[in-house]
Amino acid sequence: MSLKIQITEEKLAQLYGTMEANKKKPGPLMPTLHAAQKIFGCIPLPIQKIIAKELNESIAKINGVVTFYGNFSIEPKGKNIISVCLGTACYVRGSQGILDAFADELKIKPGETTADGLFTLEATRCIGACGLAPVFTINETIQGNSTVQTAKEAIRQIRHQS
Amino acid sequence: MSKMVHLTIDGRYVEVPAHYTVLKAAEVAGIRIPRLCFLEGIHEQANCRVCVVKIEGQRGLKTSCSTLVQEGMVVSSNNKEVYNTISFNLELLAGNHKFECWKCSRENSCEFLDLLRRFNVENDFSNAKLFEQKDILFNESSGAMVLDSSKCVLCGRCVSACEKQSGLGILNFNRRGSKTFVGPAQFHNLDDAGCIYCGKCIQACPTGAISEFDEIKSFERALRDPDKTVVVQVAPAVRAALGEEFGYKIGTNVEGQIFAALRELGVNEIIDTNFTADLTIMEEGSEFIDRLKNNKVLPLFTSCSPGWINYLEQYYPEYIPNVSTCKSPQQMAGALIKTYYAGKIGKHAKDIVSVSIMPCVAKKAEARRPEMGRDGYRDVDIVLTTRELARLIRHQSIPFRELEPIKPFGALAQYTGAAAIFGATGGVMEAALRTVTEILEGHSTPVEFTDIRGLENIKEATYKVAGADVNVAVVHGGRAIKDFLEHLKTTEKQYHFVEFMGCTGGCINGGGQPIVPAEIQEKVDVRARRAKVLYSIDELASFRKSHQSEAVKTIYRDFLGEPGSHRSHELLHTHYTKKVPYTR
Repeated sequence: MSLKIQITEEKLAQLYGTMEANKKKPGPLMPTLHAAQKIFGCIPLPIQKIIAKELNESIAKINGVVTFYGNFSIEPKGKNIISVCLGTACYVRGSQGILDAFADELKIKPGETTADGLFTLEATRCIGACGLAPVFTINETIQGNSTVQTAKEAIRQIRHQS
Repeated sequence: MSKMVHLTIDGRYVEVPAHYTVLKAAEVAGIRIPRLCFLEGIHEQANCRVCVVKIEGQRGLKTSCSTLVQEGMVVSSNNKEVYNTISFNLELLAGNHKFECWKCSRENSCEFLDLLRRFNVENDFSNAKLFEQKDILFNESSGAMVLDSSKCVLCGRCVSACEKQSGLGILNFNRRGSKTFVGPAQFHNLDDAGCIYCGKCIQACPTGAISEFDEIKSFERALRDPDKTVVVQVAPAVRAALGEEFGYKIGTNVEGQIFAALRELGVNEIIDTNFTADLTIMEEGSEFIDRLKNNKVLPLFTSCSPGWINYLEQYYPEYIPNVSTCKSPQQMAGALIKTYYAGKIGKHAKDIVSVSIMPCVAKKAEARRPEMGRDGYRDVDIVLTTRELARLIRHQSIPFRELEPIKPFGALAQYTGAAAIFGATGGVMEAALRTVTEILEGHSTPVEFTDIRGLENIKEATYKVAGADVNVAVVHGGRAIKDFLEHLKTTEKQYHFVEFMGCTGGCINGGGQPIVPAEIQEKVDVRARRAKVLYSIDELASFRKSHQSEAVKTIYRDFLGEPGSHRSHELLHTHYTKKVPYTR
């Protein structure tokens, strides 16, 4: 499912601003990519082209970095990003079941985004909250001691709010 | 003078400078450590882990290409642990490689295959077909180069070669881990990725993951078509390198044998691209004189190298007005074959297959340009690289080394020494100066302009011609092109004439030339040796200035009129367009 991303003048101005600031530092690429990911929600080719031109790097090189790191994506992500931890502790306490529950509820596979653009589901490595296992995160909030029920409830709440 | 260091490798005592790597020290000691990704000066990142050695007192195995020598080091490159590790590393690499050796362009120059043989690799993983578990990039959209990631061993040589030699960085790693592949960003077509087809990546690749677009089959079909006349042209630089494919020393002239081999293959007519190189000088020379006398756009840029033209159209389109409108010798020859020559042998253009043998992969793309033909036919139908011709000769079991050299048997095969040196950097400029100075001064001028010879990236010289200073420059290789054009933007100096070539060293080091293994590249200056062939042809030539050629005089008298005439413009000149990568 591919969503259209909005490249507005305002967002572009924001990107150019960051690049101007980053260019003064050594190694301007990573901070620029972090900013771009945040501003646009993804770094597709048109954005990579702008960054390549501005930082005087080849497009292939920028793309190499973007597709290397899991934190960057080339396709738009949903408004809410759900990450289910599949690290050892969470896994043995049943996080696979929670991931399946999310997939079932949202009708997408891990790594995909729902058609309405509301949710992206991801499986992630250990996030260092093993004491709360099994854990999933929605955006920046961590939900510990989760169950299939709390998972479904969380989705219901977001759907309700939007 | 670097400090000297003493060490022992496989029991051999050796003394080398302190900045040497273990790999290099081993070479001095006469030990060939196996290696795959290392390419001196270009790729030194220790990716492949095939060159590992055991160093006494150090944990594990070390990559010899990236480990510096130390006083008293004791190195073992061949014990059981090292041998087994290398074998296993090769096995893992082989599991990711799609073996299609029988149809691979690297049939006799595959560094990977050589290593697999050297270590008798069992290849237990070949059935795993790991390359099928990830998305494969297979792209031949350019008609010049083919990328096939299923043959890639991810050594990274091409990525470095592109960045360091063309300065463009068209190829890079995509994704990570087991999904990694090398190519332009996100499976983008190569013809829209900013590539200039210099082919430096092909020459860096140790396998067949990057190769020229193979046109051997269409050539074979044309030869067997009773309705077609096959006319072949051979570029200057081919004769300086083809011999390498048949065991000759680098820098052997095999001109006569090439023609003999083409006759054995059943080619109907052979002409020499050198003839149109002379013609290029006549056209470009008169264009230069016209621009100089009538205060038109200067400096004039040469237009023979399609790699350079690709570079210009994509990265410096603002300089398009500076480029000579002359087609390259290949395309001039193509246009004449389908018109003048067709008339001469009493054939219609559509019944002629025009084939060129080139040291270049960019020529394949050039021949496909829509403006390079008329009335629905192309001026050059098939372009074979030097390597493809060598493969064809081998496949047909022609005993190349035993062939009696012959002269070409077409009408357009005469050439001067000026044409021969077209294949080396500085050659086009020198050839042009020989003719231009003589025309402008009105009397005989010197033959040799040695200031612009040699392998320096940017060469400059000033000559006094008819009372005025003419500033010339010679630029070769993508990196130098960028440096020079940036310099041109800011400099006060008025240049008059600049020669550009997409490959360092010129056509003799083109992307279609025989691949010299990494180990030999380090020891021999391939460019200088091949260039020497062309300069000796020039020295021995009875005529060394293009305008002295009888064949050139004849074609102007019988067909073209004069340089820059209406007919010349129709057939021998072209135009250029700005192109923007990553737009399709």
